[in-house]
Amino acid sequence: MISGLTRRRLLSRIMTGVTVLCAILALAPLFAIFGDLVVRGASSLNWDFFVKNPAAAGDTGGGVANAIVGTLIIVGVGSALGLPVGIGAGVYLAEYGGGRFGVTVRFLADVLTGTPSVIVGVFVWMLVVRPMGHFSALAGGIALAILMVPMVTRTTEEMVRLVPHSLREAALALGFPRWRTTAQVMVRAAWPGIVTGALVAVARIAGETAPLLFTALGNLNFRTNVLQPMQTLSLQIYVFATGPFEEWHRLAWGAALVLMAIVLVFGLSARFVTRTRFRDG
Amino acid sequence: MDRRSSDRTSPQSSRIGWGDAVFKVALTAFAAVIPLLFLALVGRLAVSAWPTIRAFGLRFLTTSTWDPVANVYGAAPMIFGTLLSSLLALVLAVPLALGVAIYLTEFAPGWLRRPVATLVELLAAIPSVVYGLWGIFVLIPLLRAYVIPPLQAVLGWTPLFSGTFFGNSMLAAGMILAIMILPYISAVSREVLAAVPPSQREAALALGATRWEAVWSAVLPYGRAGVLGAIVLGLGRALGETMAVVMVIGNRHDLSVSLVEPGITMAAVIANEFNEAAGLQRAALFEVGLVLFGVTLAVNALARLLVWRVARGSAVGSRAI
Repeated sequence: MISGLTRRRLLSRIMTGVTVLCAILALAPLFAIFGDLVVRGASSLNWDFFVKNPAAAGDTGGGVANAIVGTLIIVGVGSALGLPVGIGAGVYLAEYGGGRFGVTVRFLADVLTGTPSVIVGVFVWMLVVRPMGHFSALAGGIALAILMVPMVTRTTEEMVRLVPHSLREAALALGFPRWRTTAQVMVRAAWPGIVTGALVAVARIAGETAPLLFTALGNLNFRTNVLQPMQTLSLQIYVFATGPFEEWHRLAWGAALVLMAIVLVFGLSARFVTRTRFRDG
Repeated sequence: MDRRSSDRTSPQSSRIGWGDAVFKVALTAFAAVIPLLFLALVGRLAVSAWPTIRAFGLRFLTTSTWDPVANVYGAAPMIFGTLLSSLLALVLAVPLALGVAIYLTEFAPGWLRRPVATLVELLAAIPSVVYGLWGIFVLIPLLRAYVIPPLQAVLGWTPLFSGTFFGNSMLAAGMILAIMILPYISAVSREVLAAVPPSQREAALALGATRWEAVWSAVLPYGRAGVLGAIVLGLGRALGETMAVVMVIGNRHDLSVSLVEPGITMAAVIANEFNEAAGLQRAALFEVGLVLFGVTLAVNALARLLVWRVARGSAVGSRAI
């Protein structure tokens, strides 16, 4: 009897240890990847890396200035198109989304969040690139916007729903029409949360590659015209990593470090916005 | 409940009524983008895939010839490859992710929970092309030097591990996928387990259960549907993942169960061949996309229903970072 209890306690100890081991094993790749990014990436960062465009294939030197600027432009286009729609749809779901239409929109938003991004890429190719006759940063931005909308919709809805009901009642009691209650009270109260959701979505699309393969395409030159093909860091990493040259591999690690830094800046600022909000509350 | 208060003049109140109507119409238009997008996606893919649907019918899904020269297309190897790589990823990731979720909700000291959870979820913030880069230059050399030789020495006779290891392989893809879906599965299961009422745990402990027995016999069964949902959500991610897979899987149109040999997935073939494809090959790639879309749709819908049952209404796991 006692030995049975001892055995059960021992099993409990062992399984606790196993879960600790799981946590360590799960964190191992994170540290490995970040470690490799810093070690291999930092060594390829220099002034040229940020101000020059890629050198001709096989040559040494060169940088990814075009890809850094391209990433910012395409993510900017995607955000400018995707954020208003996503936030608007999210506010709709929170305020009017009780009916059958709202339930459908909510479900489809969730389902679209899980859609493979490469499919959005071929969709936008058919929708934008083929009619235009050529690849463009605009098409890339549209693809990223399509990926953003469902994510931003759902986070916005959640954030507006979190606003206490009493605020709405107070506004209505003061004679505010419903639309001003929504726009000036509910949305304003939820704004830090909405911004957090938006920043997380921006962080997510900044690292996307697959939807840009057939839309923005990439470009070895420096371009700022959104109607022309444009390079991004993610596309650059793909080309460089799968290419045959040592020099390219070196640049790929540098580009990956910069891309990771951009993603983390958006991701961490999202956390920061939430934290300030809670401190104020 | 007339919101147009009586002390306002009537022109104003009629403008307020207009304001409400216009505001609602504008928001509805934004919301309508989502179902329209969905319909456009399905319709566009189906129309573009129609030439191969008509030419090959169901044979497209069951034959394995992919020959752009002869214009014969069969998607069986990539459908199989998608399932095999995702299954491998689940086998590797699920035990780990559940272990992490259980540790974080049940055993970890309070001060450690948030940092560890944040770090694990940080895995979801790494762009997939960075995973691919790491796979090519770190994971594959590691596999070649330390994992494949002993693995083949012991299990080389089984069909799973026979064949020549070139580096790019199903195993590399499955391992990368496992790392990528781990944060999703662990984050959602953690939230599901945290939502289990404390009374379940306390009742088990009060009956004399050890802490592990409380987890195993009370907490896990209570959260079963949600944990299953978390796993299915991870499966959905793995099925559709593109860049990391295309960079390490080898992209060979072969139907092989060997994990050490190159393979191909549906997402990978689209990424790899779409820009060079025209005519019937492009239609074939659209049909691959349509099939992939259908599969991920079904898998994600199932996951949502399972998770919703536990945490109704809230989008559990939507926070990526």
